[in-house]
Amino acid sequence: MYLTKEEEKILKGEGGEVMERLFRLLVRLGDIYGADKMIPVGSVQVAGVSYKSIGDPGTEFLEDMASKGAKVKVLTYLNPAGMDLENWERLGFPKDFAKNQLRIMNAFKSMGIVITSTCTPYLAGNLPRFREHIAWSESSAVSFSNSVIGARTNREGGPSALAAAICGRTPNYGLHLWEKRQPTIKINVDAELEFNSDFGALGYFVGKQVKNKIPYFTGINNANTDQLKGLGAAMAASGAVALYHLEGLTPEADLVEKDGLEEINVSKRELDETYEKLSSGKNPDIVILGCPHASLREISTLADKLKGKHLKKPIWICTSRVMKEAADRMDFTEIIEKAGGHIVADTCMVVSPIEQMGYKTTGVNSGKAANYLPSFCKQEVVFANINKLIEVQL
Amino acid sequence: MKGRMISPGKTEGVAIVSEEPIGFYGGIDSKTGIVIEKGHPLEGKCVTGKILVFPCGKGSTVGSYVIYGLKKNGVAPKGIVNKETETIVATGVILAGIPCVDQIDIEKIQDGDTVLLDADNGSVEIK
Repeated sequence: MYLTKEEEKILKGEGGEVMERLFRLLVRLGDIYGADKMIPVGSVQVAGVSYKSIGDPGTEFLEDMASKGAKVKVLTYLNPAGMDLENWERLGFPKDFAKNQLRIMNAFKSMGIVITSTCTPYLAGNLPRFREHIAWSESSAVSFSNSVIGARTNREGGPSALAAAICGRTPNYGLHLWEKRQPTIKINVDAELEFNSDFGALGYFVGKQVKNKIPYFTGINNANTDQLKGLGAAMAASGAVALYHLEGLTPEADLVEKDGLEEINVSKRELDETYEKLSSGKNPDIVILGCPHASLREISTLADKLKGKHLKKPIWICTSRVMKEAADRMDFTEIIEKAGGHIVADTCMVVSPIEQMGYKTTGVNSGKAANYLPSFCKQEVVFANINKLIEVQL
Repeated sequence: MKGRMISPGKTEGVAIVSEEPIGFYGGIDSKTGIVIEKGHPLEGKCVTGKILVFPCGKGSTVGSYVIYGLKKNGVAPKGIVNKETETIVATGVILAGIPCVDQIDIEKIQDGDTVLLDADNGSVEIK
């Protein structure tokens, strides 16, 4: 791989020990994947934030870098933390967990990383442009930025994203290259998609089938950005899909080569089977929405549906702090709280320790959450659309 | 068999083979090395001290930290052999210092085979 004079100097340790170590990781990855050079990145999003996901080894790794004075070079946002960073006590997050989570946040902050904690950075002030090279890591954010925005990022591991932030560069390979962004399988959808959960079911089914391929969808006539984020999130969780194209709706769909691809047909039957397969439980102790983090539109929808109602069992909606502030102003928070629900910011059900908080069965409308909750939070899952989920909590 | 070095090192051990991809985050417990993903072919099995053979990674990008955590907690596999190692696994094995080779025809490796993994030369030998 070609390295500039400045980059050679980093390898000689002139940018400090941490930068040298992290740059070596990037060079190694570049060599493995055949990168010709390093390219500057416009922004970074770092995963591996919750104490639950990274544990003591990850925490010590981050504190070590922070203590050696590592600083990021570009706008860098964070993935969700393991708890609401302001209201953790009131929401019942365990104290010792909180202590460790705050250690992690401090380490990130001292490196100059914006401690936003969201899987939807594009809704919270970190919005790349079409064709901009970035290094993002949360799998649904990677999918959204590649597919819906047309920015260019590989699926970075938490540490490789951090390395890109501190070095301001990433190796030029994979999805940074136009020829690697071409679809490798065609998905023909013949089903009405009405609820956001329908997109989650479709994504879960397709991700399982295609693994790490690049799907090109036909037959979806309309979808808003909430639905696209749900579709991409589910495909990235059940498979390793980092980029998809959707005929007529995503920016690169008209530009890519789609002749002669293997095809898969998806009908209502496959979606119904997916709903059934993802529902292992019956009566949710709690319903958690907002995976990926809810947009203001999703919060206002929930507020509309809960207005004047009284929940017997709780509903949470997870979102970024930025969306929560807007929801506070619009009284959505008050309406949801009055009904017995909560808007939970900075975290989500997948990375928070809900199993330690006494919940055994969780209702979700997200294909991604339904994929992860059984193993990571030891939950039985009820996967359904928002109306059904509200109904069972009343 | 000849493949590509992802992370250097030389080791020998018993193969544990998964035909399905592995998502380390939510897939393997970093404290015990036991596969916890529901319905995964390796569910309930322990990867500690084995040569872990699987086609490719999947799922969450936090997987790199789980691999690093497995090593720090002393329950990591001795080595990893893939058909195709993607960035998440590559980052994890490089940071953790676990020997890893990809571009290997993993169908030829059976569960329980003794495998010599020489990542420095990108080779895998079934004994």
